[in-house]
Amino acid sequence: MKILVCISKTPDTTAKIAFSDNNTKFATDGVQWIINPYDEWYSLVRAIEIKEADPSTVLHLVNVGGADSEPIIRKALALGGDEAIRINLEAGDAFCIASQIASVAKEGGYDLILTGKETIDYNGSSIGGMVAELLNIPYISHALKLTLDGNEVSCVREIEGGEETDKVTLPVLVSCQKGMAEQRIPNMRGIMGARTKPLKVLEPVAVDALTQIVSYDLPPAKEGVKLIPADQPEELVRLLRDEAKVI
Amino acid sequence: MVLVIIDHADGKIKKSSLEAATYAAELAAQTGTTAEALIAGTISEDASLLGLQGIKKVHTLSDVSLNNLDAQVHTAVISEAVEKTGATIVVFSNNSYGKSVAPRLSAKLKAGLVAGATALPDTSNGFVVRKSVFSGKAFANVGILSAKKIISLNPNAFHIADGGQKAELVPFAASVPQPKVTVTGTEKVTGEVSLSEAEIVVSGGRGLKGPENWYLVTDLAHALGAATACSRPVADSDWRPHHEHVGQTGLAIAPNLYIAIGISGAIQHLAGVNRSKTIVVINKDPEAPFFKAADYGIVGDAFEVVPKITEAVKKLKGIS
Ligand SMILES: Cc1cc2nc3c(=O)[nH]c(=O)nc-3n(C[C@H](O)[C@H](O)[C@H](O)COP(=O)(O)OP(=O)(O)OC[C@H]3O[C@@H](n4cnc5c(N)ncnc54)[C@H](O)[C@@H]3O)c2cc1C
Repeated sequence: MKILVCISKTPDTTAKIAFSDNNTKFATDGVQWIINPYDEWYSLVRAIEIKEADPSTVLHLVNVGGADSEPIIRKALALGGDEAIRINLEAGDAFCIASQIASVAKEGGYDLILTGKETIDYNGSSIGGMVAELLNIPYISHALKLTLDGNEVSCVREIEGGEETDKVTLPVLVSCQKGMAEQRIPNMRGIMGARTKPLKVLEPVAVDALTQIVSYDLPPAKEGVKLIPADQPEELVRLLRDEAKVI
Repeated sequence: MVLVIIDHADGKIKKSSLEAATYAAELAAQTGTTAEALIAGTISEDASLLGLQGIKKVHTLSDVSLNNLDAQVHTAVISEAVEKTGATIVVFSNNSYGKSVAPRLSAKLKAGLVAGATALPDTSNGFVVRKSVFSGKAFANVGILSAKKIISLNPNAFHIADGGQKAELVPFAASVPQPKVTVTGTEKVTGEVSLSEAEIVVSGGRGLKGPENWYLVTDLAHALGAATACSRPVADSDWRPHHEHVGQTGLAIAPNLYIAIGISGAIQHLAGVNRSKTIVVINKDPEAPFFKAADYGIVGDAFEVVPKITEAVKKLKGIS
């Protein structure tokens, strides 16, 4: 069994969101970088659990990013995984990123590929589906459970207003979200061990971008809260009906 | 031509697909073309009514196997429809169906995808689509560079038109591949409003002290016809199911009205809800950060205030 987990670098959830260069670039000054929570908490930990249950499992991590991704790759390796591959390309257009991952995945012949359901910065939910299409394998998105029985995979995925159970045979690509696993904290042994795990750097394959960010902007600030006295709930309901017109 | 892909469940077209259909029709008008729709699978409603949203033609592929989602199969079918109809722009709703299928279609057609669009594109100079990024904390304007284009529209980001005439129905014949994914069961949370499509959401946080007090949230939600949500620690402590967790690491929502009860308004929580049109905060701490992001607020004890609001809503709606 060979598993590939896709790891993305995102700003910390408390990072100040601001833009530079005439609002064309995310301002990275003072930003702390983390592993995208969906990748770290759910797909990576679930892959580690599978490896713990069957130690013959080979677990690789892949990241598309510059050298500044290496701290988060080492942190991921401290949680688990045998080795990591970094494709040396500043992450941008989703199709370019997916093409890089697909090329690594083809080479490696993985049975199971896991991504998070989305990254918390670009919220595209796109990489998993694109990689699956490029590899011509099935794709199960937004899975909150994944169980393996030999070659058979069973997933529970979220749909509007409920859940659905899907069965599929390996190879498959699954995007993971809450429910899949419990967040782990790397221990000292993991952190020490991660330093010597192989981290291969590959040069990207040439792909034309399909999209390009032209500019960013921030939502308009709220005008300020209108406080209603606690003993006048009817007034709140009246304002919601007559002023905000939402009920 | 702009082709909108209609998502449906239990024989009914989803509300978010009606928004996507309206969006497609307005985009078609903007770019001097027409909008058509594709329904893969079977519905029990009259598909020609999509004309009300401005759709001229509805291609129907009535194959029951397509009522189940295998993203690979749906991608193959839609890509055939794009080819045969000559569509240059494909519109999805950015719901669980759109998130599963649109990226595959993008890779297959080499068509640039903007997932999470919040407005019609700016076509004055290129083709630039506005989308929400950083979990609602900012917007990005994204240019699509390829000839074919795909847009997934965020639920609740666009209105539903109901003025047009009935659309023409045309059966669409495609070779439907054998699915590799089998759906062995679905579990619907019946009777409740789906959170991502809900127009009103009532949400509770740790300030409610425990699951036994959730009647405060659900009573108000029932009175308003609203969906229920919660903060992360509430879902983590299993007071409420995981699918109700909203925020940066849960579901991002954009209802018309979001009512937050006993939620402090941490930055990660705000990220998932600040696209809501109107925000009401009920918190006993006047310093709670949520008040800064709110339109209306009551500083007070939820246990006293919320039942009174519920009563006032019932009175307004004539429910006793
Ligand atoms: C990486 C990361 C990701 C995260 N993602 C999310 C996310 O997606 N969603 C999310 O919600 N959180 C998320 N969090 C957690 C977030 O930081 C907060 O801890 C969380 O939102 C707090 O939940 P709360 O407001 O319910 O609880 P608290 O912060 O404990 O607030 C409870 C509030 O209730 C009020 N209160 C108490 N009693 C009453 C009463 N009787 N009447 C009225 N008000 C009362 C208090 O004044 C207080 O403001 C994340 C954190 C991290 C580090």
